[in-house]
Amino acid sequence: MAQEDMQTRNTVYLLGIGAAGPGFADWPTLAAILREEQPWSRAATQIPALQVLPAAERRRIGVVVKLALAVGLEAARHADRDPAQIASVFSASNAEGENCHALCDALSGEDRFISPTRFHNSVHNASSGYWSIATGCMAPSTSLCAFDASFAAGFLEAATQVASSGEDCLLVVHDSAYPHPLGTVRPLLDNMAIALVLSAHPAANAMARLDISLSADVPSSAAPSGLAALQGGTPSGRAMPLLHAVALGLETSLDLEYLAPLSLHIGVGPCR
Amino acid sequence: MSLSSSLGHGLQATLAALRESCSGLSDRRFETVDLTTWIGHTEGVDDVVLPDALRHFNCRNNRLAWLALQQDGLMEKFVAARARHGAGRIGVFLGTSTSGILETEQAFRRRDDNGNLPPDFNYRETHNTYSIADFVRHALQLEGPAVVVSTACSSSAKVFGNAQRMIAAGFIDAAIVGGVDSLCLTTLYGFHSLQLLSAEPCKPYDASRNGLSIGEAAAFILLERADTHAAKNDDVLLLGVGESADAHHMSAPHPEGLGARIAMRTALQRADLQASDIDYINLHGTATPSNDAAEAQAVAAEFGMGTPCSSTKGATGHTLGAAGGAEAIISSLCLKHGLIPGGLNVDQLDPALQVNYQLTNSDAPVRHILSNSFGFGGTNCSLVLGRRGEH
Repeated sequence: MAQEDMQTRNTVYLLGIGAAGPGFADWPTLAAILREEQPWSRAATQIPALQVLPAAERRRIGVVVKLALAVGLEAARHADRDPAQIASVFSASNAEGENCHALCDALSGEDRFISPTRFHNSVHNASSGYWSIATGCMAPSTSLCAFDASFAAGFLEAATQVASSGEDCLLVVHDSAYPHPLGTVRPLLDNMAIALVLSAHPAANAMARLDISLSADVPSSAAPSGLAALQGGTPSGRAMPLLHAVALGLETSLDLEYLAPLSLHIGVGPCR
Repeated sequence: MSLSSSLGHGLQATLAALRESCSGLSDRRFETVDLTTWIGHTEGVDDVVLPDALRHFNCRNNRLAWLALQQDGLMEKFVAARARHGAGRIGVFLGTSTSGILETEQAFRRRDDNGNLPPDFNYRETHNTYSIADFVRHALQLEGPAVVVSTACSSSAKVFGNAQRMIAAGFIDAAIVGGVDSLCLTTLYGFHSLQLLSAEPCKPYDASRNGLSIGEAAAFILLERADTHAAKNDDVLLLGVGESADAHHMSAPHPEGLGARIAMRTALQRADLQASDIDYINLHGTATPSNDAAEAQAVAAEFGMGTPCSSTKGATGHTLGAAGGAEAIISSLCLKHGLIPGGLNVDQLDPALQVNYQLTNSDAPVRHILSNSFGFGGTNCSLVLGRRGEH
């Protein structure tokens, strides 16, 4: 039975990537780090300046929503896809950490006035909601959580969406570091976000073919090994083995951390 | 399937409450909350003691989930499904909006002089949004895929789509779907801050409706392939899931219900049904002025004024991330028992809402039901459910 379980396989094509985190502000920079063309330095994540959303809305959104929108737009641009037309999957271990702290702090006192903006920004799907408002996209958008497995869980959902609809799907996985004291019980390296555009079809600009199955193998470690802190310190960083293979154009197979005893097995190959 | 809510524990109690037009809403106090409001409080949650092996998951949300798992022989049915399909071939897809955040709210009051949380606070298994799926996966010793959908009040409607896609892709053969949300300070004070919380029992589709009443619920459904499952004639079938985004506003619906229309139309298309095939619509119907106005416009545009509809939130309160799952179960009961439930707490229907809103229960053959769930961030999901005998 176990043998049969492991053989269900789905294929998607990777059309574009967006990335922002500590020491890198876009995918070309992270790709150069992964190819060891430049060293990784753990500089604090730079928060991008957004061109989307009205100015009043832009002032109200949190750091992680800005990161999520920026990497989503970068991936769509890289994939040459219109962000207004594409279904999306957002996945994260938690929504905006600062916002959650501020609400819990306010609710712990006698005067429990909380700001309505803080409340509606506290929802796990804030990034998904602001994405659809910023892009005008009315296609389905979801918002997932699987703690440290949030990358693999989001990837699996995006891949099954592509398989069932035959349409492209944007995946955005984002991390938001909590301030103290939640940051002490749930430490994350920094704010970070990774976006991929997946397609059912090997378009001319496709970067790689990805064959997905579930496995019982141990998750692959990061290469180069200097990025272990990035991979282990953030849920979106669990994507590093895949991003490494894509950055180097490798034909290989790897296992991403998912939910024990399962790993997400990905065969990475050329598109044609 | 089973449901624990302010209407009671299990299907029988839920059906009896629907038949008798009982509401679970009360003006009792919750925790230290000093707001004037009515809540859909579920009895017995504080008395639950989780088994030792699951004690690290202890929080109001998981205790409520545990109560629902004890109803209607649900644990036994899930264990039998595990034996049938294998622990690795059953997925867990559950919705929640606030998970066990009540634990964190209380722990913040117990911070020490350095602002540290108390040592007994367990973030991962209580506060984190994934906690409820982790809890159920551990409680049932499952080893398959799992995820929590957290799209505010559409969460546990959207999980049906996740399960359907994972089954279609061949990764699993069955799934436990549903949702759990429990009372906490964040949502009570949060909806109050937005002036969306009523001081009275909520009055969906009433001319003088003035906001929602928050409830809590745990809803679980076993979803299996229609072609391989040992089919029974009273099975409820998931026929279509429609999802969309409003692209309009974080906390207000599209004024004409455009996103809602897309979700309903897509669900009908996936079910290969016409609007006229739907015998009853279980509305999102939160009783906020803007939700009901936008939803009624969308329903009128897609269905006209003929299709019977109502909101059951006057009975359960708005159970937020559990609402989609809870209302899928209520809709399943209506399908099985030929019941069209009247909406509660209506003094005078809003004449501006041009839909066939039901004020009293009626017995009628019900073949197909559409159930709506919409949420903050402009997220929309509609489900079409039917009876096997009709297909």
